[in-house]
Amino acid sequence: MTSASLSLSRDDRPILIAALFILVILVAGTVYTFARFGSAPLLSPTYLLQQLQIGAFLGIVAAGMMVVILIAQIDLSVPWTLAAAAMMATSIGGPLAIPVGLGIGLLVGLVNGIGVAYLRVPSMIFTLGVNAVMRGLMVAHTGGYAPQTAATDLMRSLAADRTLGIPNALFVWAVVSVLVAVMLQRTALGRYIYAIGNKEAAAYLAGVDTRRVTVICFVICGVAAALAGVLLAGYSTKAYQGMGDAYLLPSIAAVVIGGTNILGGRGRYLGTLIGVVLIVLLNSVLSIMDMPEAGRQVIYGLVIIFMLLVYGRGERVTS
Amino acid sequence: MRQRRLALGPSMLDDVAIRVRQNVGIVTAVLLFCVLYVLYNLAHPKGFSSAVLVQNGDEIFALAMLAMAQTVPVLASGLDLSVGAVMTMVGCFASYLLTGTAGGAPLHLDIFGLHLSLGTFPGGISGILLGIVVCLAIGALAGLINGCVVVYGRIQPIIATLATGAVYIGIALFLRPTPGGKIDEDLNWALTNSLGDFAATVHIFDDGAASWFAPVAWIPVPFVLLVLIALLVWVPFRRSVLGRAVYAVGSAEGAAYMSGLPIDRAKIAAFTLAGFFAGCGGLFLAIQTSSGNADIPQAGAYTLNSIASVVIGGTSLLGGTGSAIGSIFGAMILRVISFFFRIFDIAPLLQPLFEGLILLAAVSIGALGVLRVRNTLELFR
Amino acid sequence: MPGAVVTQGAFLELSGISKRYAGVRALEGVDFACERGKIHAVLGENGAGKSTLIKIIAGVVQPDAGSMRLAGSDVSFATPSAANAAGVVCIFQELSLMPDLSVADNVSIASPPRRFGLIDARAQRRRAEQLLAEIGCEDVNPLMRVRDLPLSRRQIVEIAKALGKKPQLLILDEATSALTSADVEKVYAMLARLKSEGVAILYISHRMHEVEALADRASVFRNGRHIETFDKGRRSTAEIVQLMIGRDIATQYPPKPARTSVKPMLALDNLSWEGRLDRISLRVGAGEIVGLGGLDGQGQKSLLLALFGVLRGISGRVTVEDREVRPGSPAVAKSAGIALVPEDRKTEGLMLPMSISDNLVVASLDAISTGPLVDRAKESEAVKRAIARLQIKIGAASDAVSTLSGGNQQKVVLAKWLMTEPRIILLNDPTRGIDVGTKQELYRLMRELADQGAAILFYSTDYDELIGCCDRVAIMYDGRIVRELEGDELTETNIIASALNIDAAAPAGTGAVHA
Repeated sequence: MTSASLSLSRDDRPILIAALFILVILVAGTVYTFARFGSAPLLSPTYLLQQLQIGAFLGIVAAGMMVVILIAQIDLSVPWTLAAAAMMATSIGGPLAIPVGLGIGLLVGLVNGIGVAYLRVPSMIFTLGVNAVMRGLMVAHTGGYAPQTAATDLMRSLAADRTLGIPNALFVWAVVSVLVAVMLQRTALGRYIYAIGNKEAAAYLAGVDTRRVTVICFVICGVAAALAGVLLAGYSTKAYQGMGDAYLLPSIAAVVIGGTNILGGRGRYLGTLIGVVLIVLLNSVLSIMDMPEAGRQVIYGLVIIFMLLVYGRGERVTS
Repeated sequence: MRQRRLALGPSMLDDVAIRVRQNVGIVTAVLLFCVLYVLYNLAHPKGFSSAVLVQNGDEIFALAMLAMAQTVPVLASGLDLSVGAVMTMVGCFASYLLTGTAGGAPLHLDIFGLHLSLGTFPGGISGILLGIVVCLAIGALAGLINGCVVVYGRIQPIIATLATGAVYIGIALFLRPTPGGKIDEDLNWALTNSLGDFAATVHIFDDGAASWFAPVAWIPVPFVLLVLIALLVWVPFRRSVLGRAVYAVGSAEGAAYMSGLPIDRAKIAAFTLAGFFAGCGGLFLAIQTSSGNADIPQAGAYTLNSIASVVIGGTSLLGGTGSAIGSIFGAMILRVISFFFRIFDIAPLLQPLFEGLILLAAVSIGALGVLRVRNTLELFR
Repeated sequence: MPGAVVTQGAFLELSGISKRYAGVRALEGVDFACERGKIHAVLGENGAGKSTLIKIIAGVVQPDAGSMRLAGSDVSFATPSAANAAGVVCIFQELSLMPDLSVADNVSIASPPRRFGLIDARAQRRRAEQLLAEIGCEDVNPLMRVRDLPLSRRQIVEIAKALGKKPQLLILDEATSALTSADVEKVYAMLARLKSEGVAILYISHRMHEVEALADRASVFRNGRHIETFDKGRRSTAEIVQLMIGRDIATQYPPKPARTSVKPMLALDNLSWEGRLDRISLRVGAGEIVGLGGLDGQGQKSLLLALFGVLRGISGRVTVEDREVRPGSPAVAKSAGIALVPEDRKTEGLMLPMSISDNLVVASLDAISTGPLVDRAKESEAVKRAIARLQIKIGAASDAVSTLSGGNQQKVVLAKWLMTEPRIILLNDPTRGIDVGTKQELYRLMRELADQGAAILFYSTDYDELIGCCDRVAIMYDGRIVRELEGDELTETNIIASALNIDAAAPAGTGAVHA
């Protein structure tokens, strides 16, 4: 009984703490706005929904990133996978826009996966190279200028419209979340992912096709980034250079703040979800406060360190 | 029989063979650089001239320093994602402290609407020397903080430095919201040209005209600095007990603890040294560009290129094997590749693509060894 | 101090030592003493508290209660290096070497010879050569990286490293488990010399014959308590084993059934790999336990890995029940009905931080899934069955597998494979570092599996085990099977003779290879 509750708390503690911290942000932000403007936008459902709509793009990227981090890898090619998917989707246009965009993600994920799983290049460096290649391809494709093509109606509708007052982007995020959560919790693939993250050699010797699972994880991450790119293009009505740059580090931060071990093998999807919400809310409070970029960076860094200090993770190696 | 074998030639040859086998990554990087650089100079209209060397030295130095910086934590199997940020922050400090303004530069701090005067930073040559020391100390301090967060906060290095990197970039942005500041012109001239120019600027060796000095006067100062830092900082560190503890921690942390090694001190030292090297890079970059610039994309690019340099230089990202010397060559290989774009007049638009492809090709060729592995279990260690 | 063993001139004395881990008792009121110039064996099953005892003496963990006296004065070691400084040196079962550092670096890691404050590489190398020579293993080049040495050589380096610390009290925790028999002799000689120099030696081993050959005195531990200390020859092996497990044991090995001619389940023809395996032909029948014997490193492990699809570039034929199989990966081997209990359970057999349940089902998820989804009811049913069948002692199936003792961990590895219902079971030294009680359970289980029709190929470094368990033993030498022993031929003398290839490796034969 005690051991069961202990093992529960190991994974749930960070999630609880992060959720509490979200409350702290909400309260502190509200106190600030109330004192300064006499209003409480952070408590209005409309404002929150709007913030979450923007957060959906980060949430989808983070979902993919989490899968890769769980197998003790990382995907640094997310920024330009996202941008490339957006650019190709807008330039193809028509009904094929979204499938082509997602196809780009699939292709990049496949290349990443093959490089990491079959050539065994550290993902840190291989995905970095792939990111540079994708950037190069897009710069060559657009001639270095902002792409002139526009998002299709479907893309715009998925990203910017609302159904029953709720932004469609949130529905997409919800579908992605359910898929990833079920995959991690309930399928054999999910078990293999955790097994590989804990000890790849042992998983391999248990007859798990670890290379195939690794490729699948990178494909999931690539497709998630591409989906976020397609939606982001729909939201901003067009694709633009560097549109993915703002998603790499926050997605990693969201996954880690959500309690996933950066060394793989441990973490729950709910945590990632909470991590994303935390970062999104932190960003909105900082913009309400008119915080200059310098202050934002500092606060951003301190929050990550603070959260991880509170989680008190990382065991010593003494016996 | 065996006794004799131990004492005589074959054993010496064995030793050499063992050393080469253990350092095959570094040897490859050195050879590759030599080939590329000779080719580059052959193709360059003014190849093998001091001017080309000086220009290359200036372009290589900062990345080479960051590559060294990245190597030390990597050896202890931790990644430092803040090296670019530390470089940028130190550069911004330098743009205040190395102005060389006669009579000193007034320093003040504007924060939360307050205007605080911090007194006057000394001018003249002593002021510049002090400024350099302060800048390097700031770099080392940033590294020390990284080390403490990792060791005492027990946070994974990659995440800890991601976070501290954001803080350092924030400080840099606070110091220089827009690019600006200035660096003493003499300092700029002395450090970014040949040894002859250096001597002329600081008035030594008959202003560089001494006859014995002539044979070395063509050597670019950045190369000399690079060699000096490698020889005076890295080599002693590697051969110190603490330096070896860094390798030991990266190789097997548990075993290192069991062997009574100072694990915590080794990790902190690794990050501090990384901060120092990154500070050297930032200082030089500021001197070279005569300004401070809190350029976030540039900081990110330097960090990522430092990782690429480390890998190309034959250091394992898993820790325990490799050397900062190899990383210097890794950085130089990366830079020489971009020099080629200038020579062969490749459309600037295609450069990022080629850079990416070459990086991928390099690491993939290096990884082709996995196809030769006969026992697939060895892939997982 | 009631019940304390007060020994005249004790060098190390522990009294009333207790230690708990997360509420679980590891040691309870232990009094213990050992003397200079004596080899003192510490015996007990896994989980008996031996490891904790050693860790306390060596400064790896601190006791909750009790006191420790060394050479007459009170001591307490906060770290292993504090213990080393007092002359207490331990050679741990889990190697304490840094694989990427050279042998010379490792040997002098804690206090290297220095010049001008920096490590003197030459002096360090000479020191390593000297220490290796003291053990009689000059063949190890101190420049080699430990990673590139075979396990048996690494253990030699480990011993050299300990010797270099000039121990007053030397603790060997299963330090010879990976050594070849030739090296074991050298280590014995070294221990005898240290003993004559007045060093106190604590010796932990699960190999009874080693203990009998070496120890002057032995202490038995059980369930965290010190049971008895006696001098050499005062207790028979059977009595000692009984003290250790606290109950009577009738026979150590389950009886072997009468030999009948069986259809081969697994057949190898001319299997070769990279010069390490040389034209191996072998048949293993259903219901048969076939042992792989010989000196360490003659290709036995490679053979098991080759059959399990881990090795690339194999030539020859492998047939399972008359169907040719090309084991290209463990996944393929698994689907052909092959299972492997690997050499190192901690890095190859288990995902240590994951739960017992997750570890158990990881190889057989296909069988308990409907479509892509894992059927949770089937899963917990299967886990329950496996735990019951192997009598794995656990708290809850959701506990991390790392919380189990070594023997129970090994049971989890085996249980994981039994859930795939394998036809062929490959065992790579499965009883290494496992206590007597669990060993016997494993022997019984092996026989039970064979009786149910499995073909078992069993590699062990323990000849006794091979003789006791196997229907037939294939002796390997230099990548070849030099002899198969069966029935009455299966004796220790025959195994050793074949292992050294005494009759086959005539000079003419060796010459022919090089010609």
